[in-house]
Amino acid sequence: MKVSITVNGKATEHEVEPRTLLVHYIRETLQLTGTNVGCDTSSCGACTVHLNGEAVKSCTILAAQADGCAVTTIEGMSKDGVMHPMQQAFMENHGLQCGFCTPGMVMAAVGLLNENANPTEDDIRIGLEGNLCRCTGYHNIVQSVLAAAKK
Amino acid sequence: MIPAQFDLKRASSAAEAISLIGEYGDEAKLLAGGHSLIPLMKLRLAQPSMLIDIGRITDLSYIKDAGDHIAIGALTRHMDVEKSDIVKQHVPLLAHAAGYVGDAQVRHRGTIGGSIAHADSASDLPATTLALGATYVAQGPNGQREIHATDFYKGFLESALAPDEMLVEIRVPKTTGGWSFQKFNRRAQDWAIVGVAAWRNGKESGVALVNMGSTPILATSVSAALANGASIAEAAELAAAEAEPQSDLNASSEYRAHLAKVLVRRALEESTK
Repeated sequence: MKVSITVNGKATEHEVEPRTLLVHYIRETLQLTGTNVGCDTSSCGACTVHLNGEAVKSCTILAAQADGCAVTTIEGMSKDGVMHPMQQAFMENHGLQCGFCTPGMVMAAVGLLNENANPTEDDIRIGLEGNLCRCTGYHNIVQSVLAAAKK
Repeated sequence: MIPAQFDLKRASSAAEAISLIGEYGDEAKLLAGGHSLIPLMKLRLAQPSMLIDIGRITDLSYIKDAGDHIAIGALTRHMDVEKSDIVKQHVPLLAHAAGYVGDAQVRHRGTIGGSIAHADSASDLPATTLALGATYVAQGPNGQREIHATDFYKGFLESALAPDEMLVEIRVPKTTGGWSFQKFNRRAQDWAIVGVAAWRNGKESGVALVNMGSTPILATSVSAALANGASIAEAAELAAAEAEPQSDLNASSEYRAHLAKVLVRRALEESTK
């Protein structure tokens, strides 16, 4: 079946199997490999992207379900070579260790701030409950999101 | 993990979806938000050869004040239930429990109707709507019928929905008085090892248990005891009277029964404040 999905502002259109997951459309069909697959069971959040502006887990959505929608991945966050304030905040606050969870963390954190511009530390910890960091670097991730919220 | 091959058809209305289920029969499954079904398909625990995508039926996503109850369209997402001013005002227990389903990303996709139709005793909303005395509206080829929550849950992942029916609306009576939602788990986003949804208004109460058997369990002995003047501690001792808790990796049957008593006591204390 044919799907048309706007990814990072660009119209894309490809023939896919109905069982194609959105994350595979992003990583394999479009070759945008910033979005990671971690647990593959909608637990870890490494595959988080924005679907029509909201954070979702792209390993548990069919590309067919995103047909006609707008998707933003980590590659779509920087503008003209300048990092998104959230990416900048992660860099400045050492919000990453191995970096595997980082694309999903950044997308979830930006989604969180879209819904709650002034979160408390607790709001952030609860808001990011769907994203796991196996380096356990949560402290600085939370500090990064707090810093980004102040920007 | 990739699901086994299937075909996909989109339904633009409930009537079209029901006609498609009639056409494809047992081979077909309805796809709403997909956050119960797609994981099962990725694990190959479900292998439907036809998915009927009902996710685009926008007129089944609504929350309405219907006088004595709140009417919620089956395709209303958890996030929309959680944030709805109408639900927060009239059924605060449901708004609160909806905010404990999965995590934010899951709540952006998962729907209340999908969760209830999936009929997982470990899910939060089947037990919560059972405690609240909800009625579900099913639509089939011959029109709609109401199914009370107490008649809906038949067994493990098994509901009273006929194969050619689809859940279209959830009707939840407005509540007054206190309420509580207790969810005991090891990790933030997990299913409850044991959960309790409860409300209380004087002698009237509703208490339902999450993950205490193959279906969500209405703790009728607890409510009957409270109605007869029992103390919270006395009533909570009866928490597991209707339950048949399973043993699994997370908890033994005995531990679950113990947890139910503790959590029901806490829930009743919070509901009685």
